[in-house]
Amino acid sequence: MTGGKPFLTRLQNNGQGYLFAAPWLLGFFCLTVGPMVFSLFLCFFRWDGITSFRDHAAFVGLENFRRLANDELFFKAFWNTAFYAFLSVPLGVAASLMLATLLNAKVRGIALFRTLFYLPNVLAGVATIMVWFWLLNPEFGALNFLLKKVGIIGLVQWGIDHIPGVAGLMARWELSWPPLWLADESWAKPALILMSLWNVGGGMLIYLAGLQNVPQHLYEVAEIDGAGRLRRFVYITIPMLTPTIFFHLVMSIIGSFQVFTQSFIMTNGGPNNATLFYVLYLYRKAFQHFEMGYASVLAWILFAVILGLTLMVLRSSRLWVYYEGERR
Amino acid sequence: MSQTVSNAFCTLRPSFWRRRSTHDRLWKILTVFLLVVLSVIFSVPFYRSLVSSVSNLDGVYASPPRLWPEEFHFENYVKALTILPFGRFVYNSLFVCTWCVTGQVLTASIVAYAFARLRWVGRDVWFVVLLATMMLPPQVTMIPHYIIFLKLDWIDTFKPLIVPSFLGGGAVFIFLMRQFFKTIPLELEEAARLDGCSNLRIFWDIMMPLSSPAVATISVMSFIAHWQDFMGPLIYLGSFENYTVSIGLRMFQSIYGSFPHYMLAASHITLLPVLVLFFLAQKYFVQGIILTGMKG
Repeated sequence: MTGGKPFLTRLQNNGQGYLFAAPWLLGFFCLTVGPMVFSLFLCFFRWDGITSFRDHAAFVGLENFRRLANDELFFKAFWNTAFYAFLSVPLGVAASLMLATLLNAKVRGIALFRTLFYLPNVLAGVATIMVWFWLLNPEFGALNFLLKKVGIIGLVQWGIDHIPGVAGLMARWELSWPPLWLADESWAKPALILMSLWNVGGGMLIYLAGLQNVPQHLYEVAEIDGAGRLRRFVYITIPMLTPTIFFHLVMSIIGSFQVFTQSFIMTNGGPNNATLFYVLYLYRKAFQHFEMGYASVLAWILFAVILGLTLMVLRSSRLWVYYEGERR
Repeated sequence: MSQTVSNAFCTLRPSFWRRRSTHDRLWKILTVFLLVVLSVIFSVPFYRSLVSSVSNLDGVYASPPRLWPEEFHFENYVKALTILPFGRFVYNSLFVCTWCVTGQVLTASIVAYAFARLRWVGRDVWFVVLLATMMLPPQVTMIPHYIIFLKLDWIDTFKPLIVPSFLGGGAVFIFLMRQFFKTIPLELEEAARLDGCSNLRIFWDIMMPLSSPAVATISVMSFIAHWQDFMGPLIYLGSFENYTVSIGLRMFQSIYGSFPHYMLAASHITLLPVLVLFFLAQKYFVQGIILTGMKG
């Protein structure tokens, strides 16, 4: 690359390169590598993080790992997060893909629709969590009111009463009717999943960009061959979008395992730990119980799980992601 | 090529195309119908919270919920701003966001310049490392960060929130800027170099002005991310007068949780800056999302 040039020029070039990259390199060592090593180290200690490490930290060997096996809340938090991720991710991918397909139509005022569907994403944060908190209020919230108005509550009630087995199933899953949403152990997670679907705008935009790249002539040829809309969608749109779907899937999985703020603010893990998500549990262990060692173990397990899932999707991508020859 | 094929079809079977166009119109109507229904559903949270925020207590708890407030109580907004020092929280958030955006944009661009244009030993390896750091969940480094900032005695100051932004500004932004720099033609730079321009001047006087769309995009993304940040302020800020809007709102909820109208009014106040930014810089929002989507 720099071969043949005089030694001094080479040295100077390297120096300049490292100098320009210095802010990141500094950050990388001080805020990423260093902390990672320290966190790994902490896994084997019992320490509250506040008192002096030398005097108060105790080496406990693998104790922190052994503790996991008997920690019911750890398993509960893991299960809650997995439940949330495995429902909200596929639903989110499907919903944003559908929405993008609708918004790809050439209709007047489409930009307005796109803005509207994207807006919840821009505004996401504590404020919109408050908005949903109020919306999900079982008694005064708009959601149950609308469900009553549209008759869904009555319809399902009728089903519960008249279709054999439904009442039994509802009882088995401990589903109340009408839903008490965040106040009910069984409805709390579905309520948060529903809320996550309000934010499909981000994914929608990614798919819209992907749709613009699908060559139009494929559709024309398929149409001439007599393929209907559904077929064109299944055999052209979806295969051509698989790289986009792949990217969105990976990002959504990573994001969904880090769900925290919603449950911290709306339910604080309740009712009966139904919304105690993994990161919330980690936060409690670290910053409320001050068990830094144990919390570090939890953090590394989270990392391992996210990494494992991402690698799984990556491995499987060979089977279902289609890269057009010339593009990759 | 395909155009001629379809033209040939047009002359061959006109009936086929006529049938198709009525079909098309039906689909268009169905699409618009679906879009309208969906947008009504999507707007319910906004609308409902707007109505509730200008109602009085009776109006908020009215059953069935009112579609239109009986009387407008705009003083709710004044109240929300005054019962807790919300102006202060907004100011704090703006302060933190301004510094974070400055830091992230500046350092991400400088580092991106090194990755895009400079030649140095190990550059490509470091670039792979940079991309790999995107995979690391922030929870892994969260505890050591806390301990570091505790030892530095930075807890309950804005430094833990601001200083990391000046250290590279995050892998995503570096990556985006690098991709953008790569699209700028080399000729400009070479001409400047012949005239004796240093790397720093090339970066500042040529690359940065030419990259204003990318700079705008990452500025907007950075601002939104820090405005919405909850975990950071929650961990690092302790005293009331240092609160940012996100934890200010949470505090508001724990004190005035049974007064949803104030709660919602306060929420709307915190949304306002983001909303204004969104409508001013809508183009860059869209660009940001698309750019991040493209990297897959």
